[in-house]
Amino acid sequence: MRVGVITFPGTLDDRDAARAVVAGGSEAVSLWHADADLKSVDAVILPGGFSYGDYLRCGAISRFAPVMQLVIEAAGKGMPVLGICNGFQVLCESHLLPGALTRNSDLHFLCRDQEIEIVNNTTPWTSSYKAGEKIVIPLKNGEGSFQCDDTTLAELEGEGRVIARYVGQNPNGSRNLIAGITNARGNVVGLMPHPEHAIDELTGPSAQGLGFFTSILHAMAK
Amino acid sequence: MALDTVAIAQSSPDNVQPFAELGLKADEYARIKEILGRRPTSSELAMYSVMWSEHCSYKSSKTHLKQFGEKAPKSDALLVGIGENAGVVDVGQGYAVTFKIESHNHPSFIEPYQGAATGIGGIVRDILTMGARPIAVMDPLRFGPADAPDTRRVLPGIVAGVGGYGNCLGLPNIGGEVVFDETYIGNPLVNALCVGVMKHSDIKLAKAAGAGNLVVLYGAKTGGDGIGGVSVLASETFGAGGSTKRPSVQVGDPFVEKVLIECSLEIFAEDLVIGIQDLGGAGLSCATSELASGGSGGMKVALDKVPLRDPSLSPEEILMSESQERMCAIVEPSKIARFLEICKKWDVTVTVIGEVTDGDRLEITWNGEVIVNVPPRTVAHEGPVYNRPLAQPAYIDQVNSQKVNVPMPSGAFEIKAAVLKLAGAPNLADKSWVTAQYDKYVQGNTIQAQPDDSGMVRLDEKTHLGVAISTDANANWSYLNPYQGAKLALAEAARNIATAGARPLAVTNCLNFGSPEDPGVMWQFAESVRGLADGCLEMGLPVTGGNVSFYNQTGAVAILPTPVIGVLGVIQDVRKRTPMSYKSSGLELFLLGETQEDLAGSEWAFLHGQRVGQSPDADLAREMRLIELLLEGNAFFNAAHDLSQGGLSAGLTEMVLRHNVGATISLSNPAIELLSETPGRVIVAIEASKASQLQALATKYSIAISKLGTTGGESLTINDAVISLDELRTAHTSTFPRLFG
Repeated sequence: MRVGVITFPGTLDDRDAARAVVAGGSEAVSLWHADADLKSVDAVILPGGFSYGDYLRCGAISRFAPVMQLVIEAAGKGMPVLGICNGFQVLCESHLLPGALTRNSDLHFLCRDQEIEIVNNTTPWTSSYKAGEKIVIPLKNGEGSFQCDDTTLAELEGEGRVIARYVGQNPNGSRNLIAGITNARGNVVGLMPHPEHAIDELTGPSAQGLGFFTSILHAMAK
Repeated sequence: MALDTVAIAQSSPDNVQPFAELGLKADEYARIKEILGRRPTSSELAMYSVMWSEHCSYKSSKTHLKQFGEKAPKSDALLVGIGENAGVVDVGQGYAVTFKIESHNHPSFIEPYQGAATGIGGIVRDILTMGARPIAVMDPLRFGPADAPDTRRVLPGIVAGVGGYGNCLGLPNIGGEVVFDETYIGNPLVNALCVGVMKHSDIKLAKAAGAGNLVVLYGAKTGGDGIGGVSVLASETFGAGGSTKRPSVQVGDPFVEKVLIECSLEIFAEDLVIGIQDLGGAGLSCATSELASGGSGGMKVALDKVPLRDPSLSPEEILMSESQERMCAIVEPSKIARFLEICKKWDVTVTVIGEVTDGDRLEITWNGEVIVNVPPRTVAHEGPVYNRPLAQPAYIDQVNSQKVNVPMPSGAFEIKAAVLKLAGAPNLADKSWVTAQYDKYVQGNTIQAQPDDSGMVRLDEKTHLGVAISTDANANWSYLNPYQGAKLALAEAARNIATAGARPLAVTNCLNFGSPEDPGVMWQFAESVRGLADGCLEMGLPVTGGNVSFYNQTGAVAILPTPVIGVLGVIQDVRKRTPMSYKSSGLELFLLGETQEDLAGSEWAFLHGQRVGQSPDADLAREMRLIELLLEGNAFFNAAHDLSQGGLSAGLTEMVLRHNVGATISLSNPAIELLSETPGRVIVAIEASKASQLQALATKYSIAISKLGTTGGESLTINDAVISLDELRTAHTSTFPRLFG
C-alpha cells in the first residue's frame, strides 16, 4: 500500500508519520504541498506541525495549497485521509470535516501522554482497535479544543462520527471530550493526539498508536 | 541624516561622533581612529561598536577563557574546537555532533516571550551554521523568588517563548533547569542549548575564501528590530529607572526559521556553499566581518542591495540590526543558480549582496559610495582585551568561616515533614507545568527528557547510536567557592550522563555573572573558569565552546556566580540505557558514594535562609571512578539516579513518584543522610540476585556502597516515617500550579 505524507512549509511530524506508516507495513510516499500530484497513493496523511506558520488561523492557508485540491477531490471519491493535529485543523479548514480547533482552554501549549478511548472502529484508520479500547498516546498542541455548533455536535454524536474521546479530565476544553471525528462517508478522519509518536515504547509512551497505521494497511488490502 | 562616506570622514576629522552612546569607551574610540588612520564613518563606528561590545568581543573574559585551550586534554573526539559557531565532536559511525549553549538573559527580562524565543532561534542557527541538522534543545532557566510578583510576569512569558519558538521549529525540548533565587530578580537567566548531528564530511565553517565568490544573504528581510542589542542591552547593567530598551529586543518568527533550516540543509546536501555564517548578535556587521576575516580578508558588499522590511532604515541601522532568521553564505558563481533555485522552492528571500575580493579590506558601499573600508580582523577578532582588576570579595572569608546552623529533623513526624517540604520546594518541585509546554516527542527520536537525569536522543534508527546531554550548575556552591563550584557542576553534569549509561565526551558552558567592572565579580569569574578548565583537564573532557554573559546585575547586586555546564555523552545502544527509576517491586536500592555532613549550599540550608559555610571539594578522580562503575553496571541496573540538589530526600521522592512504586528505606542517621548534598552519589536499583555483582564493582572502583532498602508498596517509608505516595505527589506537583496558575 502506498500512503502519502504531505509536507507543507512548517510541517514538523512528516518524518515521524512516514516512519509510522512503514512500521504499520505500508510504503510511505512524500508529497510536497506545491505539487499538484498525489503520486498514485492509496491514502493520504496530513501530519502535525505549524503549516505556513499557522498564520491567520491554523490550517487556513494550507487548504489552498495545490496538493490539497487533489486531496479534497480524492477524499470525495472515498480515498482514506488522516489529519493529525495540524492536519486535523487543515481538514476542518478545507471543510472535509466539520467544526474547528481553537486555543486550549488554559491558553497553554500542552504536551503530555493522554489516554483516549477509540469509540468508532469502523473507519479505515481505526479498524485495528476494539470499540471502547483505551490507549495512551501523546497529545501536543496549543489549539486543540474541538468546537462546533449544537446541530453539528448532535449530528456527529447521532451518526457515530466521534471516533475517539479523551479519558478523564478534559485536557483542552473540547466539546464532549472529542479527540477525533470522521466525515459522513467515514473515510476522512481528524485526530488531535499523535499516534505516530506512539509506535514503540522506546520513543513514545506506548506502542498503542500503531493501530492507526496497521488499520490502513488492512483497509486497503480488502 | 546625510550619508557619511569614507571620503567625508577623511575630510572632516574633527566631526564629533556619538561613540559613548553606542557603548564605546574613549580609548576604544581612539584605537579605532588609530587603526583606520582617520575617524571612522558612522557606519564603521556602528560596526565597531557592536563587534567590540562585551557580548561579541569577550573583551573582559578572553584572557581567562584562554585556559580552555591551554589546559585542553588530548581528545581524538574533537573535530572543531573553540572559535567557530559551535564545537563539533566525533561520536563514531561517521557521525559528528555539534552542541552549544548561549545566554539570552537581558532581552528576556525586558520582553520575556520574544527574548526567550529568539534565544532558542539564535542557538539553533549556530548549530545549523556548522552544517548540522538541529535535533534537540534544552533550556536552563533561573528566576527571582518563585512567589515574587515579577517572577509571575517573567516566568510564564519565558516558558511560553521557549515553547512557542522551539515547538514551531520541530525540535524536541529534552531538558533544562528551573531554579529560583532572589539574586535573579531583575536578572532572569535564559540559557538555551541546541544539539545537531551531521556526517563528518558535512562540517561547514565561517570563512569567505576565493576571490570572485559571491556573498549571499538569505532568509528574513532586515528590519529595525534589535538594533544595538548586543552593545546596549547585553553589555550594560540595568540602571534603576532608565529608559525602556524595548526596541533593542529582536522579534522572532519561528516559521521563517523552520523554512530556513530545511532550505539550508538542502543547500548543504548539494555542497553549494564555501562558508556560512548566521546573523545573530551584531547582525550583518558580525557576519560580514567574521566571514571576511575567516578567509583571506577581502570582501565587497553593496549594502543597498539588502532587502528591507522597513525602507527607511539607514545604512548604520542595517549594519546593526539583529533581525532574526537570516543567514549569509559564500557561494561559487557556478553554483549560484542552483542555490537560488532551492531558495525559491522554499519561498526564501535571497540576494547576492557582494563578493569575495583579493584584497584584505572589507569594503561596504551604499549606492556606489564607500561607507566602510576596514581590515575585517580588527572588527571581528582584534577588539580590545581587558585585564580587568580582580579581587577576592570580602564576603568569601565571612561566609566560609560560618557554619550552617539549621534545624535538623528528628523522629518520624519531623522526618516526614522535611521530606514533604523539600518535595514541594520550588527548586525541587515537579516542573511539569513548565515542561508540558514543550514538545518532547517531535522527530520521534527522544529517548529521555525531563524529568530524567539527562536528555537523550537517538541518532541512528538502525544502529541505535545516541547522545545524552545534561546541563547543571550549583550557584550556591559557586557563591561559597567559585573554583570548586565550577568543578562540582562539571562533575554533576557528567554523572547525569553516566547514570543512563552514556560516556561523557565533551563540554560546553554558559558563564553567567554580574558586572566585570566589579573586581569581586571578576574574581568569581576567573575562579570559575580556572575551576572548569582544571576540571575538564582532569576528567579528559574538552571544552568545545561556550558563552559568557556579564552584567547580570541590578545596581550593586550581582547574581550568584552561575556557570552552567553542559556535558555531552555518547551511548552505543539507546535501547540499553538505564532509566532514572524502576517499575517493579522487590528490587534492592543501594547508595553509591559516601555521605558527609555537607549542608553548606544545600537546598535545606537555602530553605532556611542560609548561604554560609564551605562548599564540598570536588573529588574528580573519584567521580571518574564512579562514572566507570556506572557504565559497567549499566548492563544490570534496573535504575540509576543522580543525587544533587535536595540530596537523598529529593532523589528518593523523584524515584518513587516516577512510576508510582514506593520504597522502604532504613537509615542510621536519617537527618544528615536525607539532607546532606555530598557530591558524587547515585542511587541504583537492582535485582536482589545482583547484589554481589554490585558489591564487586564498588570494590573494583573503590566507591563506597550502602544498602538503602527495597522497592514496592504505596508509600515512601524511611525508618518509621511513612509518607504515602499520594501525599508525596500532592506536595511535589502542586507547587507550580499554585504559583503560576
